Amino acid sequence: MQPRLVEVRRNVLKQNDVLAAALRGRFAAAGVSVISLVSSPGSGKTEFLEKTLTRLASDTRPDIRVAALVGDLATENDAARLARSRVPVRQITTGTICHLEAQMIETALEGWDLGALDLLFIENVGNMVCPSSYDLGEAMRVVLMSVTEGEDKPLKYPTIFNTADVAVITKMDLADACEFDRAAAHASIQAVRPGMKIMEVSAKSGLGMDEWLSFLKTNIGAAISASA
Amino acid sequence: MHEMSIALSIVEGASEEALRHHGSKVSAVRLQLGKLSGVVKEALLFSYDLACEGTALEGSVLNIEEVPATVFCRSCNAERTLVSIQDLSCPVCRTPTAEVLRGRELLITGLELTEEYAAATG
Repeated sequence: MQPRLVEVRRNVLKQNDVLAAALRGRFAAAGVSVISLVSSPGSGKTEFLEKTLTRLASDTRPDIRVAALVGDLATENDAARLARSRVPVRQITTGTICHLEAQMIETALEGWDLGALDLLFIENVGNMVCPSSYDLGEAMRVVLMSVTEGEDKPLKYPTIFNTADVAVITKMDLADACEFDRAAAHASIQAVRPGMKIMEVSAKSGLGMDEWLSFLKTNIGAAISASA
Repeated sequence: MHEMSIALSIVEGASEEALRHHGSKVSAVRLQLGKLSGVVKEALLFSYDLACEGTALEGSVLNIEEVPATVFCRSCNAERTLVSIQDLSCPVCRTPTAEVLRGRELLITGLELTEEYAAATG
């Protein structure tokens, strides 16, 4: 037969997007704010998250109930580290897949009572490229870059910065040692994502962690209503 | 690199759409690929043939239409095409803008079908 041309209009990631939208609905209904973290390997995501969880868990305001999902290719080391914060943690081992997908989040959440949570972190696989394409149903995406990575990192990976809502510069305690050019780093971020909020932290020394935690607290409610 | 995952999603999506249009063999797929989609054209083409193996798309061609990134400039009150995705500002008045209008596309827009489903064997 003669080739027949048909017009279609189908998002390639439709399946993921449909699942992510359903997750977003579940999160909103349960009143839990979901924040995902993306960065390259070794930027200090797990350390940053561990300190964040520990601070939130030991906070004098125990009204924020927090948990975390952590993605990794092969090991469960990150979940073991995060478990030290004594908040509920689940590892998602992706095998050879270099990013998290909505389906993996859905599976990892089985048996969890979302209604018992206020805040859920999702730590993506360390990768600055692939996670940008996959909606996980999160209300807020935080991109991290460390001072050791080079101020032009955002220019090298514009898409991941462009899809994120907030940028966190990590390992600020090493800023002087590696002659970190703060203005250049901020300019790079603003070039690919104008108006983006930037915070500077050192999970190790605690620098900037107060600002980050207060930002989280003020945005928990807003994140829920934005995703509803 | 996640282009293999994307290629598999294209095959899955195109197979479903072909079935919906009563086609059992696909000879070409037309795809819009945005500059801000995070997907690399060459890597996607490289993965595509492998993803098609053993499916109704085996031997098919992936025709990629690249979509430039555009933003809305509030100063100009106009849609502008970015010169570079490393510089999200209006190319005319230089005002920074984060309002992306186009460029995130990862969209199947057409199929070329060569066999009707009823005529298929096996």
